[in-house]
Amino acid sequence: MIAILGLVVGVVAGLFFAPDVPVGLEPYLPIAVVAALDAVFGGLRALLDGIFDDKVFVVSFISNVLIAAAIVFTGDKLGVGGQLSTGVIVVLGIRIFSNVAAIRRHLFHA
Amino acid sequence: MPDSEGPRAPLSGRARLVQSLRRPSRGQAVVGVLLAAVGFAAVTQVHASSATSSYAGYREQDLIDLLNGLTTASQRSRDDLAKLEADRAALQDSTSKRQAALSQARQLTRNLQILTGQVPVTGPGMVVTVVGGNVTVDSMLDTIEELRTAGAEAIAINNTRLTASSFIQAAATGLLVDGTVMSGPYTLRVIGDPTLLSAAMVFAEGPKAQLEANGAAVNIQTSDKVQIMAVASAGSTQFIQPQ
Repeated sequence: MIAILGLVVGVVAGLFFAPDVPVGLEPYLPIAVVAALDAVFGGLRALLDGIFDDKVFVVSFISNVLIAAAIVFTGDKLGVGGQLSTGVIVVLGIRIFSNVAAIRRHLFHA
Repeated sequence: MPDSEGPRAPLSGRARLVQSLRRPSRGQAVVGVLLAAVGFAAVTQVHASSATSSYAGYREQDLIDLLNGLTTASQRSRDDLAKLEADRAALQDSTSKRQAALSQARQLTRNLQILTGQVPVTGPGMVVTVVGGNVTVDSMLDTIEELRTAGAEAIAINNTRLTASSFIQAAATGLLVDGTVMSGPYTLRVIGDPTLLSAAMVFAEGPKAQLEANGAAVNIQTSDKVQIMAVASAGSTQFIQPQ
């Protein structure tokens, strides 16, 4: 319950403040958001599997975001930033799909 | 498969979710904070990607691709523009050619109408009135010939316009001009150079002297604006044909 409340608070704050994204961060923010989403769905699946641990969740969340950003940053420096960004998004998308499938199986037994 | 015989039977996934919703714990608070961050970042990103119109945050490769695409599109547009301008120039050219030909034809028609006496004309010239006396065919023909030699561009006797095929005959009461009987006084309206025309009349033993010798009173009046309203009909030909 508190978790969902936190999500709502974050969304409302984003709509209310509507900050501008610093120009240097512009290519990384979408990657970070997708990586965070992957961690969130992983956590939700862990909760439904009965193996949820908040410490594990926090660590996986932060490491997901940092590693995704680091990969894209390195790619930019190497000159393959666009391709690596695409690759990271693809992999995160696959993981989100498999997590959501597991969640669906738990919730709807289907 | 969950075992339902132990003292604390493992819950199904759904049950675990419901239980976590009902029982807040410290772990949930941490998760709440992180979800707040995710929500905030997601909304910010959505706002930024929908509002951005500058290229400041793009990668170099994206900018290069964008530039290539725009360059190709603008090159294509320039080619289209050049082609359309060429078409327009060609059309304007043919239009102006046709208009030039048309105005030339109109000018020619007007000139021919003037020369064949089919339109009323005006211009500088001279009005000659011949009153009384005995005006013979010869003296009238001489007068007309002198006027033509002096460059008369249009001549009318009373209400008859003279053309290239005009003829004068003697009539019982006076003269027969182009089939119209007329008797004095005769008013000759002539358009041309007034100085030359009046000189053509008054030189020694010229038309004026000739007419006065036959007893007529001749009055010559040059003017800047002589109007000839008389027109000749177009007429038809019987024998003549162009080569």
